[in-house]
Amino acid sequence: MTLIQAVFVLFAILTLGAGLFTVLSRHLFHAVLYLILSLVGVAGLFVLLEAEFLAGVQVLIYIGAISILIIFAVMLTRGMARNPGPPLNNQSLAAAVIAGLFFVLLAPVIAGFPWPQATQGVPADAIEALGRSLVDPNQFALPFELASVMILAALIGAIFIAREKR
Amino acid sequence: MAQIYDFIYNLFPYLGAWLRGLLQSWGLPEDAILLIIGLIKAFLLANFGLIGFAILTYVERKIVARFQDRLGPNVAGPYGILQPVADGIKLLTKEDTMPAGADRWVYNLAPLIIATCALAPLVVIPFGPGAVGADLNIGVLYALAVGAGALVGVLMAGWGSNNKYALLGAFRAVAQLISYEIPAVFSVVVVVMVAGTMSTVGIVLAQDVPYLFVLPLAALVFLISGVAEVGRTPFDLLEAESEIVAGFHIEYSGMKFALVFLGEFIHALVVSALFAVLFLGGWRGPWLPPYLWTLIKMSVGIFLFFWLRATLPRIRIDQMLNLNWKFLTPLMILNLIGVALVDKGLRAAGATGGLWAAGMFAFNMAMLIGALGIPGYLGHRARMAAMASASGEEPEALEAVGAH
Amino acid sequence: MVPLTWYLLVATALFCIGVYGVLARRNAIAILMAIELMLNAVNLSLVAFWRYLHPTATTGQVFALFVLVVAAAEAAAGLALIISIYRNRETVDVENIDLLKG
Repeated sequence: MTLIQAVFVLFAILTLGAGLFTVLSRHLFHAVLYLILSLVGVAGLFVLLEAEFLAGVQVLIYIGAISILIIFAVMLTRGMARNPGPPLNNQSLAAAVIAGLFFVLLAPVIAGFPWPQATQGVPADAIEALGRSLVDPNQFALPFELASVMILAALIGAIFIAREKR
Repeated sequence: MAQIYDFIYNLFPYLGAWLRGLLQSWGLPEDAILLIIGLIKAFLLANFGLIGFAILTYVERKIVARFQDRLGPNVAGPYGILQPVADGIKLLTKEDTMPAGADRWVYNLAPLIIATCALAPLVVIPFGPGAVGADLNIGVLYALAVGAGALVGVLMAGWGSNNKYALLGAFRAVAQLISYEIPAVFSVVVVVMVAGTMSTVGIVLAQDVPYLFVLPLAALVFLISGVAEVGRTPFDLLEAESEIVAGFHIEYSGMKFALVFLGEFIHALVVSALFAVLFLGGWRGPWLPPYLWTLIKMSVGIFLFFWLRATLPRIRIDQMLNLNWKFLTPLMILNLIGVALVDKGLRAAGATGGLWAAGMFAFNMAMLIGALGIPGYLGHRARMAAMASASGEEPEALEAVGAH
Repeated sequence: MVPLTWYLLVATALFCIGVYGVLARRNAIAILMAIELMLNAVNLSLVAFWRYLHPTATTGQVFALFVLVVAAAEAAAGLALIISIYRNRETVDVENIDLLKG
C-alpha cells in the first residue's frame, strides 16, 4: 500500500464513519457535527482526485454555509432537541435491510466491472479551463445562468416561507 | 555584494534546497523527504502564529494605552516586555472549569477548532520568494474556506457551554461573520479576476502596481469586512461585554480561553497578511529584503485594527447588518461588474502598465466617491425631513438652511 | 494510484448510508442531512469518473458544481419549510406532520 492509498483509506473511513454517526446519532446537534466531519472527508477525497477547486468550494459552501444553516434550523426547532424521543421510526429495520441490499447488489457490479485505468494526468490549467467552460456560450453558460436564477428563486422562496406571518 | 543580496533575497529557497540535499544524502525515500519538509514548514508557520500572537497582545496594549494617554503594561521586564509571558503563566495555572450540563466533547473541542482554523490560512501566505507553506493553485479560496471553519467552532462553543449568553453570542457572531464573508469574497474575486490567478504567489507576482492603487474600492471593502470578520471594534458586538457579557466564550477559562483568544488574534494577523498579499504587493518592495517588507505590510493592517479600536465606538447590530446588506454587498456586486467591463475596455484599447492602472484607479475612485456621496446626500435629506416634521416647519426651508 | 473501484465503493456506501437515514429517521432535519450525504456520494462518483475517464474535459467538475448549487438551494428551501412547519405544528417529526392543511 502506497502513501496515497493509506491517505485514501483514512479519508474513506472518516467519511463513512462520520456519515454513519450522522444518521444514527441520537442528538441532532451531534448529527450535524458528524455531517460536517463527513463532508470534510469528502473534501479530502476531492483533493486526492486532484479536484482542488471543488474541495475548496465544498468546504466553503457545505461547511461554511449549508451546515451552518442546518445548525440554525436545529437551534430554532430546539423544542425537538430538548426531548428528542427515539431518533428512528418503526420501519428502521426495513430501511436498514433496503440500504444494505442496495449496497450488496451494487458493490459486486462496481467491483467486477473492468474500469479503464487513468491514462492521462489532470492538465495544469484545469481550474482555468473549468472557469472558462462555465462562461463559454458553447459549453455551460446557459446552465450556469439557469443555476443562478434557480438559487435566487430558492432563496426568495425560503425567505417568503420562513417569514413570520403578521 | 550582489551575491550577498541574492543570498538574502532567496534565503528560504536556498535553505530548502540544502535541507533536501542533506536528507537525500542520508538515503531517505522521496515520500519521507516531502513529509519531513512539510512538518518543518508546519512547525515554523505555527510558531510564527504563536509568537505573533504573543507579540500582538503586548503591542496592542501598548498602542491602545498610548492612544488613551496611558503607559500600558510596564511592570514585567523592561517596558513591560515580559507581559505576554506573565499572561501566559497566569492563564496556564488557572483552574479549568466546565459549566454544569455542558456538552462535554463539543465544549472541549470548540477552542481547538477555532485556533486551528485561524492558524490554517497561514499556509498560503507568501513571506518572500519561495518562502510559502504551499503554493496552492486555489490559494485564496483555501484561505477563505478554512477560515469559514471557525464558524463551526464558534457555534460549538455557544451550544456546548449550556449558557444563554454564550448561545446568543454565537448567534450574533455567526450572523456577522457569514454576512461579512460576502463582501470580503467579492473583493477577493475582483482581485482574482484582475490578477488572473487564485494562487497567492501568482497574485503577488501580478502586482507590478500594488492593487491598493488599482482597486482602492475593493481594498477598502476588504479592510472593512476584515475588521468585521475579526470581530474587533467597531464590530465587536459579538462579544459586547456590556450586553451579552462576553459572547460565545463566556464559560471558558484557563488554557481553553487562551486558545479562543489566540484564534482571534491570529485571525487578525491572517486578515492583515491577506490584505498585504492581495492589495499591498506582498513581499515586493525596493531596497529592503522581502521578508522585512512582508512584515512591514502586515503590521500596517494590524496597526489599522488597533487604531480603529482606540477610536471608534461599537455599532448596533441592525446598523452592522444594514451596512453590509444594503451598502457593501450591492456596492461590491456593481464594482465587480464595473471592474470587469473597464478592465476589458482598457485592455481592448491597448492600455498596459501605468496607463491601465491609472484608468482602473480613476474608475474605482469615481465609484467610491459616488458610493459615499449618494447615501450621504440621501441621509442628509432624510435628516432634514425628520427635523422639519419635528419642528413643524416647511421641509424646503430647512433644506435651504442645510445647504448653506 | 488508488483504483477507481475504491472511490466508487466509498460513494456507494455513503449513498446507502444516506438512503438508510432518509428512510429511518423521524426528524425532518435529520432526513435533510441524509439527503446531503446522498448528494455528496453522487458528487464523489462524478468527480472520480471525471478524474479517471476524462480528466481533460471539464464536464465532471461542472456537474459536481451544479449538484452543489442544487444542494444549497435544497437546504435553504427545505429548512425554511421545516421552520415554517415547526411554527405551526410545534414538531418537525415527519410522523406527526399528518395534516394536509397546516
